[in-house]
Order: sequence, then C-alpha cells, then structure tokens
Amino acid sequence: MSSAQIMDQDAIRRAVLRLAHEILEKGGVKGLALIGIRTRGVVLAERLRKAIKDIEGKDVPSGILDITLYRDDLTLVGAKPVVRETLIDFDITDKRIVLVDDVFFTGRTIRAALDALVDFGRPALIQLAVLVDRGHRELPIRVDFVGKNIPTAKFQNVRVFLAESDGNSDHVDVEEGT
Amino acid sequence: MTPWKHKHLLGLQDLSAQDIELVLDTARSFKEVSSRDIKKVPALRGKTVVMLFFEPSTRTRISFELAAKRLSADTLNIAASVSSTTKGETLLDTARNIEAMNVDLMVVRHGTSGAPFILAEGLKCSVVNAGDGCREHPTQALLDLFTLKEKFGRIKGLRVGIVGDILHSRVARSNIWGLTKLGAKVTVCGPATLMPRGIEAMGVEVCYDIRKLIKNSDALITLRLQKERQQDKFLPSLREYGRLFGINREKLAEGSGELIVMHPGPTNRGVELSAEVADGKQSVILDQVTNGVAVRMAVLYLVLGTKPETEG
Repeated sequence: MSSAQIMDQDAIRRAVLRLAHEILEKGGVKGLALIGIRTRGVVLAERLRKAIKDIEGKDVPSGILDITLYRDDLTLVGAKPVVRETLIDFDITDKRIVLVDDVFFTGRTIRAALDALVDFGRPALIQLAVLVDRGHRELPIRVDFVGKNIPTAKFQNVRVFLAESDGNSDHVDVEEGT
Repeated sequence: MTPWKHKHLLGLQDLSAQDIELVLDTARSFKEVSSRDIKKVPALRGKTVVMLFFEPSTRTRISFELAAKRLSADTLNIAASVSSTTKGETLLDTARNIEAMNVDLMVVRHGTSGAPFILAEGLKCSVVNAGDGCREHPTQALLDLFTLKEKFGRIKGLRVGIVGDILHSRVARSNIWGLTKLGAKVTVCGPATLMPRGIEAMGVEVCYDIRKLIKNSDALITLRLQKERQQDKFLPSLREYGRLFGINREKLAEGSGELIVMHPGPTNRGVELSAEVADGKQSVILDQVTNGVAVRMAVLYLVLGTKPETEG
C-alpha cells in the first residue's frame, strides 16, 4: 500500500500550538475543559492542556471518553470492539467543553461522543478540535478548531501517528485504500 | 488482544486465559458506567435478555437484570415456580417457546448439571449459564477473579484458598478453572466428606486444616454451606462445621493482615463466617456484589457481539 506523509513532527507541534491559541482566543480558560476521544484524541488533549498551561499559566481539567458503547454500528459489526474506560473526574455541567480527536471524517464518532457527553451532564457549550479534517461528512456536524484541512478521496485512509500512543515519531500519512 | 469468539458462556472450563482476561478488562470499563449519575449506555439497545431461573436466586438474577438494563437491553424474568414447567413442559420446550418470541439471549439457572448445554444445542439464541447443578457458575468466578485482580493487581502467583463444601459447589469448580488458568495457586479446604475424590487432578492442593490454610493464603473464597444439599449426613452438625471450618476473628488473626475474605452469598452467619469477619475490614463481600454487575455487563456485551456463524 502506497502512502504519502502530509504532516511531520514540526507541523504537528505547530498545529497543536495554534489550536491552543485559537481555543484560548475564543473564550479564555474560564470554565474550559478538554475531553479527548480515545485513543489519539486523548494524546492530543493532553498536549493541548500542556500548551494552554504554558501560554496562560493555568491548568484546565481534562478527561477521557471511550465512545465504543455509543457507536451506531455496534449491532452490525462482528466481534465487539474492545471497550475501554471513560475517565471524566470533574462535573461537565455549565463548562465549556472542547472535544478533541485526531481525524474528523464522517462525523459519526462525534455524534457518539455527544451522546455520551450528555449522559455526564449539561455543558454550557461543546466545541470540537481536530488535528486533521479530511471531509466526507455523513452527518450535519461541524468543527470549531482545525489543525489542517486535507482533501481526500473516500477510499483513502488518513493515519495519525503520535509518539505517546504509537511509539514512533509524530507524523500523519495518507494511504491509498482499496 | 484476541477477539471474543463464544456465542455462549457455559463455563470457564471452555474459556482460554486470554478470553478470561478480555472479560476482566472489559468489565473494568463497564464498572465506570455504574458510577455515573445516568447509569445507562445504549450498547445493547433493542436486544432482549430473558432470565430463566429454575432455582431461587436474588443476587445473581438482580445482578444480571441490572447489567442488561444498564446496557439498554430489555429484560424479562421467568421463575420456574410460576411457569409452565410446573404443568410438565420440558426445559427445552419452555425455552423454545420463549425463543419463538425473538429473544436474543437467555440467562439460565438450573439444578441439573449441564442443563445450559441442552439449551445451547437446541436454541438459536445465546445462552449464559447462571449456575447449573454442581457444575459451574461462571459469572460468579469471573467476578471473584475481577475482585482479586482489583485488590492485588494480578492473579498470577496469588495463593487462593477455597473453603467449604467443595463437593456440591459450582462456585468452587468455576473458580478452580479460572484461577488455575490465570496462574494462581489454589488450595481447597473442607470436611473430608465434602471433598470430591481426585480433585487434585484439577490442579489444586487439598488441605484439611483451616488454620494452616489461613497462614498460607492471600485470599480466601469461603463457600456457602448448602443446607438444602446436606440431607445425606455429610456433616454431624452445622455447629461442628462452624467450629472446624468457620472463619472467626481469632482464626483470621493468624494470617496476614492483607488477607482478604470473599463469599459468594448468601452468607450463613456464624457458620462459614462470623459476623465480625463478614463485616470486617478484610471482607470484600460487598465489593464482589458491585463488581458482579460490571462483570455481567461485560459478558452480555461480548456474548451478544458474536455472529451466529462464529459458533463456539
């Protein structure tokens, strides 16, 4: 399978830093909380949290969301996907929640994440930050903060590699799918 | 991680160590769901789970029912005492009629060892064993394993004593399968009349001295003395059993302060456990009950995930 690198380590670092600035620009740290969607959204949320601390000197709460149980294809897939823990140890009610994910594609993951979040409380505002927006939405859901827009064909795969979750150095590849 | 391939859960005898680990890992994620304000996820929306109980049960049945409900499945309870079985219908006929109303999973408790196998062979839906005769009670053992793993961080190398009526205990059998598969060192202890001959072949040691067992264990799984199965004079008296094998504060003090005491319930206070031990710091009996819901959620989720063609 042929693949092309479209972001390297530096590009990802700059994109995360810019995302942090944009999130702060649109409302500061007051009431702000980050929630990463497993797996790579968690890594990105953690990097955003650190960047926000460096910029503002303030720690914002962050949580982890596993959306498996809220997937709309759960009854269609064969063997059940592995369920991992959701860890949100603060009250999200009246907070400004920024959901963080690596790739924004059909929007179905975010639909599931929104369903999951409302089971935890009623945030004042939910926004979405992603590293890569590759298009091909299947639901009327939009993104607030984008690291990089990458036009793709639907059969292609966009793969994000991050040091914390994938071991090797950070990069984003577009692979030719089938 | 290897994916789950079993359509039914009939016993831990049929599961690999990886299968058991997968249930325990999945259960850890589900435990969090029960701690939320809104204790419900839509994972099994539209599925119907039937509880078919031919023996009395409160804990197990309620635990399964809560597990199914927290996964958004619909549940139905059938107690044998009020069902058509009292009119002479066979087990399989009863089950087939229920299945004809399009249910997805049956949780079965039956007094005959192997009864769930008859259902698994004769039905198209999934079957989960909630205790069959003296054979297995897989979800109880899974929640015991989960509790042990939660308390000690591991199962491998743990010294676990199982105390009581080993002969009639499906909880003991399931736990022996599960614990030995995950590498624990298991010792069974109880009156010689209630010790099955050749139990060593299951990979366990036998000990008749409760004090010695307490000194050499990290955890004790105490079993309920099943009064309903004691008509055949296995024991001179309950009092004697309590004196020789019951665990009280004085006996427990001879072991490590880290030793934990487990019991599948219902407890005969003053027989297997004294009240001060059952309610004491080393008792994890109520943690077991809490964990039971998470473990059963994991089992329902995994079993209902397999397609019909992945039989096993």
